[in-house]
Amino acid sequence: MDCLVCHDTTGSYRKFPTACGDPVYKERKFGKKVFPAVDLRKVARKVGKTSRTTCGRCHFYGGGGDGVKHGDLDSSLFKAGKELDVHMDVKGLNYSCSTCHVARTHQISGRYYSRPAAGKHQFALPADDGWRLACESCHSRAPHKNIEILNHHTAKVACQTCHIPRYARGGVFTKMWWDWSTAGKFTAAGKPIVKKDKAGNVIYHSKKGDMRWAENVVPEYFWYNGRMSYLHEGDKVKPSARPLELNSLQGDYADKNARIFPFKVMRGKQPYDPVEQSLLIPYLFGKKGTGAYWADYDWVKACRVGMEEAGLPFSGKVDFIETAMYWPITHMIAPKEKALSCAVCHRRNNGRLENLRGFYLPGRDRWSFIDRSGWVLLGLTVLALLLHAGLRFVNSKRRQDGGKS
Amino acid sequence: MKVKIHLYTRFERFWHWFQAFLIIFLLLSGFEVHGSLKLFGYARACYWHNLAGWTLLILTAFAIFWHLTTGQWRHYQPTFGNLEKIVHYYLYGILKGEPHPFHKSPERKLNPLQALSYLFLKVVLLPLQFVSGILYYYYNDWINWGLTTRLDGVAMLHTAVAFVLLIFLVVHIYLTTTGGSLLAYTLAMITGWEEVEENV
Repeated sequence: MDCLVCHDTTGSYRKFPTACGDPVYKERKFGKKVFPAVDLRKVARKVGKTSRTTCGRCHFYGGGGDGVKHGDLDSSLFKAGKELDVHMDVKGLNYSCSTCHVARTHQISGRYYSRPAAGKHQFALPADDGWRLACESCHSRAPHKNIEILNHHTAKVACQTCHIPRYARGGVFTKMWWDWSTAGKFTAAGKPIVKKDKAGNVIYHSKKGDMRWAENVVPEYFWYNGRMSYLHEGDKVKPSARPLELNSLQGDYADKNARIFPFKVMRGKQPYDPVEQSLLIPYLFGKKGTGAYWADYDWVKACRVGMEEAGLPFSGKVDFIETAMYWPITHMIAPKEKALSCAVCHRRNNGRLENLRGFYLPGRDRWSFIDRSGWVLLGLTVLALLLHAGLRFVNSKRRQDGGKS
Repeated sequence: MKVKIHLYTRFERFWHWFQAFLIIFLLLSGFEVHGSLKLFGYARACYWHNLAGWTLLILTAFAIFWHLTTGQWRHYQPTFGNLEKIVHYYLYGILKGEPHPFHKSPERKLNPLQALSYLFLKVVLLPLQFVSGILYYYYNDWINWGLTTRLDGVAMLHTAVAFVLLIFLVVHIYLTTTGGSLLAYTLAMITGWEEVEENV
C-alpha cells in the first residue's frame, strides 16, 4: 500500500497489473491495453482526500475484474443513481466511501477478519465518535417513522436484509461460480479457449476453467453476528456432501447479537490434496518452465511450486473440492420504496427465508398439531351445530303438522 | 303472557357489537398473518391486526370500568345449581319444543351456562390473548427484558386461543338463532328490548 494509491486526486496514478504494486514508470502494454507513464511530480503535488475513485479503483475490481468478487461493489457505483444506492447517488447525497468508512489515524472502519463491521449497532449521532459504519450509527435502531412494526424487526433482521433487495443491480455482472477443475482445455490446434456469454462475460477460459455470472441477484440469508472464522492455509479439511466453507459465519437465532443478513455465496471448485487433506496453493503466474499453471498447465507442478513457496506439505496428488465463501452484502441500498415487502419472507412457501430454519417465522411456520386440531374441532363443531339445527327444524315441522291434524 | 323488558343498556350494546366486529376482524387478519388465508395482503393484515388488537384492549378497559361501576359484573357470577337444566334444554328440550328453563330479567340477564362461558371468555380467553398478543408485538424488546428470544411458545399460544375463540364465536352465533324467532336474540342486542315470558 502506498500513499498515492489512496490520496491521488488526479485519477492518473496507475499501477501495472504484473509489476508487484509498482506504478507505471514508463508506458507499457498489458495485452492490448496501454498503460501510460504516471507523472509522479504532478500526482505528488495534487494529493488530497480519498474519494470514490481512489477506493473503487481497487475495491470495485476485487477478484481480478469489475464486480467479480463482491457483487455489491463494482464500477457502476462510480456514477451511482438513486435506484442503485441512495447514499452514493451522485445527484443526491453523493457520499464518498469514507463518509461511512470513517478513518482515524489511518485506521479505517470496516470489516476485517474477525472484527464485526457493524459494531454494537449503537446510535453514533450526534456525538459522532468517528465510528459511523453501522446503518444504526446514523439511523438508530428504530428508524421507521410511520410503521412501528418494522422497527420491531431490528433485533433479528439486519437493515441490509430488506433494504438491499438484490445485488449487482448496476449493470455489472458478478462471478457466482468458478470451477478450476475444468481449466487446461485447448482447441485441437492447441490454442487456448476463451468462451463468452451474450453479455460478454467469460464463461470458459483455458487458464481459469468454467465460470458463471449473474446480475440482479437475490442474496442468500443467514444468521450473522458480524464475526467470521476463516480457513487458513494448511488447515486439515475433509470432503463432505456440503461444499467446504472457506469462511464460516458466526451467530445463530439464539445469539442476541446475530441478525438475519444477506450474502453473496461464491461457489466453485479448487485444487485439493486428498492425501494431506488440505487446500492447495497453486503457482499461477510465471514464465514457461517455472511450473506456473498459466504457462505450463500442469496442476501437479504448479501446486508443488506453490506449496513449497508456502512451506506446506504436498503429497503430489491433486484433486478438486467444491468450496463456498460468504460475502456480506451491505452496499447498493435501494430507495425505501424498493425495500422488500413483508410477504417476501412471511409466507408459507417459497419465501426468501425458506431455507433458514430453526426459529418461528410468522406466516411461514406453524405447529401443525395446533392447526390441525383447531380446524378439526371447528369442523366437528359446525357438524354438530348443523345436526342440531336439522333436528330443531324437523321436530318443529313435526309439531306444527301434529298441531294442524 | 309475553312482555317486553329492557335488558341491554346503550353502552352494553355498543360494547358488544364493537367487540364482535373487532374479534371477527382480528380472527380474519390474524389467520392471514398466520398464513392460513389471503384476504387483505400480509402487510395490511399485520398492521390492522395490531391496530384492532390495541383498540380491543382500550374497549375492554372501558368495559371493565363499566362492569365495575354499574355492578353489571354480578351477571357473570357463575351458579352451578341449574347448569344441568340448561344443558339438558339445549341438547333435548329445545328439540321437543319445551320452554326455556331460565327466565331472563334485568336482575339476572344470563342463564347459568351463559354466565359461565362468558366469564371464561372474559377472564381466561381474552386475557390470554391480550398477554400473548402484547408479548408478540413487543418481540423485539424481549432481549432488553431478559426474556428468551424464542417466539414459538407465544405464537403457538396465541394461535391456539384464536382457534378456541373462533369455535366460541361459531357456537355463539348459532345460539342466537334459538330465541322466539331466528333473529329475536340478535334484535334484542340491537334494540336492548327483549320479549320474555312473564315471570309467574
